[in-house]
Order: sequence, then C-alpha cells, then structure tokens
Amino acid sequence: MHRSTYLVSKLAWAAFTILFVIVLNFFLFRILPGDPARAGVRDPRLTAEAQTAIRERFGLDKPVINCFASLNPLEPGDCAVNPLDTQFFIYAGNLLRGEFGISYHTNRPVVEVLGERLWNTLLLIGAGQILAIVLGMALGILAAWKAHTPVDYGALGFSLLAWSLPTFWLGIILLFWGSAYLGLPVGGKYTPGIDYANSWEQFADLARHLILPSLTYTIVFLGEYMLIMRSSLVDVLAEDYILTAKAKGLNHFQILKDHALKNAMLPMVTIIALNLGFTVAGAVQIESVFSWPGLGGAIYEAVNRRDYPMLQGAFLLLAVSVIIANLIAELLYSYLDPRVGRVNQS
Amino acid sequence: MSHEVKNRSPLLAVNHLSVDYVDPPHPPAAALREITFTLQRGEALGIVGESGCGKSTLMLALMRLLPAAGRIVAGSVRLDGVELLDLDEQTMAALRWKRIAMIFQGAMNALNPVRTVGEQIAEAIRLHEGVGDRRVLARRVGELLDLVGIAANRRDQYPFQYSGGMRQRAMIAMALACSPDIVIADEPTTALDVMIQAQILQLLADLRRQLQLSILLVTHDLGIVAELCDRVLVMYGGVMAEYADADTIYNSPAHPYTQALLRAFPDPTRPAQKLAAIPGAPPRLNDLPPGCRFAPRCPYVFARCHMAAPPVYAITPTHSAGCFLVANPQGGAA
Repeated sequence: MHRSTYLVSKLAWAAFTILFVIVLNFFLFRILPGDPARAGVRDPRLTAEAQTAIRERFGLDKPVINCFASLNPLEPGDCAVNPLDTQFFIYAGNLLRGEFGISYHTNRPVVEVLGERLWNTLLLIGAGQILAIVLGMALGILAAWKAHTPVDYGALGFSLLAWSLPTFWLGIILLFWGSAYLGLPVGGKYTPGIDYANSWEQFADLARHLILPSLTYTIVFLGEYMLIMRSSLVDVLAEDYILTAKAKGLNHFQILKDHALKNAMLPMVTIIALNLGFTVAGAVQIESVFSWPGLGGAIYEAVNRRDYPMLQGAFLLLAVSVIIANLIAELLYSYLDPRVGRVNQS
Repeated sequence: MSHEVKNRSPLLAVNHLSVDYVDPPHPPAAALREITFTLQRGEALGIVGESGCGKSTLMLALMRLLPAAGRIVAGSVRLDGVELLDLDEQTMAALRWKRIAMIFQGAMNALNPVRTVGEQIAEAIRLHEGVGDRRVLARRVGELLDLVGIAANRRDQYPFQYSGGMRQRAMIAMALACSPDIVIADEPTTALDVMIQAQILQLLADLRRQLQLSILLVTHDLGIVAELCDRVLVMYGGVMAEYADADTIYNSPAHPYTQALLRAFPDPTRPAQKLAAIPGAPPRLNDLPPGCRFAPRCPYVFARCHMAAPPVYAITPTHSAGCFLVANPQGGAA
C-alpha cells in the first residue's frame, strides 16, 4: 500500500462514517417518543389547528420517508409520494445547504445557536487544552528524565491527585477561592451591564472570566497527559536505540530531542485527539459550575426541553468532531511513525 | 589468523576492573571482578561466556554507559595511555564513537525506528566531525553503506524497510562512520540466520584487515570467536576464567569451565560425538558462592575451591587462568 493510498483510504473512511452518522442521527430522533408539537408549547388549550400549524412549520406533516408516515411499523404510509418531499430528503438537502433546522425552543436557526455556543466552548477548551498539553508534557518529560527520584515521585503524586479530583468539586473549590481571594468573576462570559470603552477592555473582561474555568479544565487534563507522557517516555528511554544514541556520544538533551520524543509522542497524539474530539461536547460539568454558555450547557438544556432539532444538530457536530479528531490523529501518526501506512519492502 | 604479540604499549589496557550493581537496601552485587586484558592495534579479542556472565556489563563499563545502578568500584581503563575513568562526562562523550564505537544487535532494536538509516549514520559524523553540509554527509553515508554492501540509494529508508542482515550491516556502517580505533561488537550475529551470520562475520573480518580495526567481540558462540579472534577472554560469573590466544584456548584449555564450554560445542571432526551440557546454572549475582564462582558446577572441585576465590595464575606470559588447578594440578587429590 502506498502512502497516498493510506491517506485516501483514511479520508474515505471518515467520509463514510460521517454519512452513516447523518443517517443514524435522522432516524434516532424520529424513533424517540414524544410529539414535538406538544412538547414545544405545553398548553392543554392548544387547538388542533394550532398543532397542525406547528407541525407544518417544522415540516413534521410530511412522511418520514417513502412508505413510512412515521417510524411506527403499524402505521404504513403512502409509497407514491415524491421521495424528495419526505422528511429525510428535506433534512439531507438542508444539511447540504448548511441548515440544521429551527430550534423548537428558541425559534432560532440551530446553526446560529450552535455556532455561538461552539465558539464559547472552543475558547474554553482551547485555552485549557493548550495549557494542559504543554504543562502535562513538560511535567511528564521531567518526571521520565528524573525517573525514580523525588522529582518523579512528586510529579507522579501531583498528577494522580489532579487526575482523580472530581471535576465539579475542583470547579467549585476554585470558584470559591478565585472569587473570594482573587476577585475573579463567579461565572458567565462577560460582566453583565458593562459598557466597554474599547474592544481591548472587552477582551480583558473575557479573559478574567476565562481564567477559573480553563484552570479547572487544565488541572483535570494535566494529570492524564503527564502520566501518559511519563510512562511512554520511560518505556522509550529503556529501548536499545537510546543506548545506541548514548554510545554515539549524544548528550542527554540531544537524545531526548532527536531519539526519544518522536517515539514517545505516539500515545500522546492518540489521547489528545480523543480528548479533543470528545470535549467539543463541552466540559458539561465545568460549564455548569461556571455558568459558561458553551455547547455542553446547550445540549443539557436541549435534552430537558426535548428540543430535537438542537440535539440533532449538536449530535452531528459531536460525531463529526470526534471523527475529524481521529482522522487528524491517524494523519499525524503517519507523519510521526514512518511504519504507519507503508509496507515493509524488504 | 596468527597475530604477532609485540612488546609495544597496548591501544586499550583494562586493569583489575570491578563493577557493582547497587540496589539499596540490598548489599551491592559484585557483577564484575578484577577483569584485566589488553587490546593491541589491529587485534581482535573475543570475550566469551554464558548469558549473565558479565560480558555486556564489561562492554558498557568500558564506554562508561552502565545503567544507573552500575558502579565501577575499582580498576582502570586506559586508551592510548589515557585513563578513561578519570575523564569528565563531556570529554568522554566526545570520545565515544569517535575512538570506540559499538555494534549492537542491529537486527533487533538498536536502530531508531522513526528515523532513516542515513540520518542515523550522518548524525554521528555531524556530531564528531562537525560536518554540516548535507551533500557531504549524504556522500559520506553513501560511501559507508557501500563499504558494507548496501546500495547507497537506500540511505533514505527506515530500518523497518531493511532485512535483519541489512540492519546489522547498517549498524556496522554506523560504527565505522567516524573511523574509530576500536569497535566493540556485542553479539553482532545473534538473531540472524546462519547464512547471514557468515556474511556478517566475513564482512567484519574484511573490514578489520582493510581498516586496521581493533575489535572486541562479545559472544557466547565459540565458533564465531575461532573465525575472527586472535585472543580470547573466557568469563564466568563476572570473573576471568581464562585468557589466552585462540589456539591455546581451543587446543590446551587450562580452566575446567573453558574445557566444559568446548565440550558443549560441536566438533566438526567428530560429528558423532554427543555434546556435553554443563550441569547446573550460572551463579546469580545476589547469591554468589563463597569461593570460586564456578565451584558448584566444576567436575574437579575440591575443598579449597569452596573457601577462597582463586587468583588469576599466569601459565605462560600470554596464557592465564583463574583456577587453583593451574598452581597445583593435583588439586584435591594432593
């Protein structure tokens, strides 16, 4: 298998998986119980006409797909309808145009709401992840280099502790401490009711709001990254080729830089990619503790309100981000490890 | 392959080298005791013994690359009269590979899997000779690969794209990159099939003649030693059993361990003869016998062997053995 074949096959698999998720995502929400027309407006006085109007507005009067009015097998529909005029193909067509439907609750386009929330989440996990990756790797490298010394044991202890702290608990403690002693805001993205003199002031306010949630996030992931970096590097440093490098007269720094890190990065890439994929879902706990208007909170609210278009959009977004994160990890693999995606030619 | 032993100062002189492995709170383990040998320019010395006899520890001690628990507790290692054990780490690092290079079991994992073979060879040249020009490096690497019989255009491939034998050749090319005085070959043919083994040994023999290399060959295979080496140091349990030129070792071994080792080896002139295994197992470092380390397995053992470790006796100026029988051939019967 040639290298470009590897890349193409990975891309094709990612595209195929996304396609599968799109289909699954559609039927999943049609199987779920509850009538959105009723759930949206909980008023017993809602007339039949009004309900029909709501159904029409959300396109729920159309058959789900050819021959099926709904996904209830006992309720067969008309097979003669124009297939493009069914819910499934309207959904697929809308997706192609980048439309995810209208939120039952806010009556705003799902794309708009999700986009806003996604941006906030990316801000939070971006700051937190970058810090966690940099600090976790640095601490892991230090611990591996000083393996079985007090420095190593100290770093290990700290990381195990950080990893095992419950996220919400750590968030609350930091919230108490930060707001009481450092005067940091207790939640939200901006201080309400402030007129900013300039965009710099606005940014400073945002940064102050970002400190505590991203610090919580950093501490939660730092431990995991440190432990994986350490154990991976300790393994690599025991390899024969490290002894070869020492015998060649390379110094400690050169050995680490030129021979150990690239090999030790492989497990790190996996875990970072997986974490990134999943945390686009939003660190729900952190977002709740700090009232951060992120994606996790949006999903939580949408579940409570049975806001299916929101959930449908959010699920698709999550699935796609996990798939893309995995794809990036695989592509990074083939860059880091020449054995991936090539065949032994000897 | 007779080698004329001249009375000139040796290239490498190892004297009474002793290494401990420390693992507190346990008492230190005496991994190596009183190892003494010399290596002349252009000479090949075979270091032979079972697994765990301290061969690899000895090699690493010479390069000062012992693992963290290893301590050189006594002795001296002189290269051209310079005491290596007194050098600071930086000077020692500059000397590694430039003066003494090592051939590891390249067929296994001694090459970094994620860097090209060419890069790994060029790295040594860049480090020790300050050559930075990519074209010069590429040419040098090509020449080295050519020298060991690998097409120069394979320099940009990764170790996994090489066969086991080619990896071992690449490892040899890498060892020769800075024209070292001494090459330490640590079991260079282990894990290779017999045909490839023969090719690699032939290559080493050719290179040695061509480049006037001094070779320290570490192995447990007496056949390899016979093919390549002028002199042989037989080790047992971290001490010297016997040290002599190859002919003497094969034809008139003095130490019971050397004799047993030879009997455990097939003799092509007597194919029907059964091989004799040495009963027992090599001593564990944390559980050494009080006297001679070979005593529990020795067929000629007598009371004194259990009480004191024998010194290394000189039988002739070029033949010595660490056994009481050398000084007193009657042994316990006397």
